[in-house]
Amino acid sequence: MGDFILLAISAILVNNILLIQYLGNCPFLGTSKKMETATGMAMAVVFVLALAGIVTWIFEAVFLKPLGLEYIRTIVFIVVIAALVQFVEIFLKKNIPALYAGLGIFLPLITTNCAVMGVCLINIKEEYNFLEMLVSSIAYPAGFGLALILFAGLRERIIIGRVPGPLQDVSIALVTAGFMSLSFLGFKGMI
Amino acid sequence: MAKTIVQEFTKGLWEEIPPFRLVLGLCPVLAVTKTVANGVGMGVAATFVLVCSNILVSMLRKSIPSQVRVPCFIIIIATFVVVVELVMQAVAYPLFLQLGIFIPLIVVNCIILGRAEAFASKNPLPASIADGLGIGVGFTIALGALAGIREAFGAGTISVPFSDTVIQLFGPSFQPFTFMVEAPGAFVCLGLVLALMNLAGK
Repeated sequence: MGDFILLAISAILVNNILLIQYLGNCPFLGTSKKMETATGMAMAVVFVLALAGIVTWIFEAVFLKPLGLEYIRTIVFIVVIAALVQFVEIFLKKNIPALYAGLGIFLPLITTNCAVMGVCLINIKEEYNFLEMLVSSIAYPAGFGLALILFAGLRERIIIGRVPGPLQDVSIALVTAGFMSLSFLGFKGMI
Repeated sequence: MAKTIVQEFTKGLWEEIPPFRLVLGLCPVLAVTKTVANGVGMGVAATFVLVCSNILVSMLRKSIPSQVRVPCFIIIIATFVVVVELVMQAVAYPLFLQLGIFIPLIVVNCIILGRAEAFASKNPLPASIADGLGIGVGFTIALGALAGIREAFGAGTISVPFSDTVIQLFGPSFQPFTFMVEAPGAFVCLGLVLALMNLAGK
């Protein structure tokens, strides 16, 4: 049990996927201008990544590894993730319209979110077993959501402030992200 | 016609240079620019995928139905990424290990999908090749420049791409500014370079 807690803390704080591992930065900058979009994106990533982690891990264990097809992993994973996202979209639209209204517009963007593909690949690379994979597929996107929502809060304040001309918009956002990343780097001593 | 192809090529070097003008594909930009050798290696790999996928998308643009075009583009891109993965394992294994999961992640790099969608699927073959090459070379230059700044300050060295040579820039009393090669330095450095580009552009 202790191992799982350690893995979760490591995935959420110490190896935060956005600020330390640099994955998923396009949606990080794209959806952090408003708190609502940031929350929506964070929820959608948690939802899809938990599913994608399980499905890709099973694909790897059942098809790719026994058949020696690891070299086409990239193609298989991206197709699986794209199909899964499409499926989730159709399923939510039909059965849970309330959730679809919140997450709908973010779902198509998730296929090209490198955080999703990245965590699926990390799961394989670190040779996690099923339970470890489950913890990591939930903890990494939780870390993504934490960083994204904190960052959206900061960015909403920055828009009010007076920023020098050339630094406006993305530039100041990246510098802010840098200082956030610095504070996350402080968690390094925890484990 | 010849003039427009040159223009398609050169626009990737300044007007639309990723990731500064087109703020896309940031993950590799931040992650692999610790050393110049890694940055340029990544740039070359991405350029290869970009040019090849632009060629194929442009050739198939009339036969791909528009409803399923994005999945088709993704499969085309993924195929070339696998090619790059296998070739790199064979000829540049140390670089392959250094870049790690960022090689398979070229497949979700928005620059490549963006060019397939915005350019290659609407333009004839020669223009698409020029566009892919231009954006790819621009991306490589950008990665190399950013990596140069980070490596020079963060480690005091410049590593020459595609060889094992490492040039020492400063004398023995130099204290490396490690902030630059850590994650926060990547964000701050890119943010400041972006600000400089904005300043130069106006």
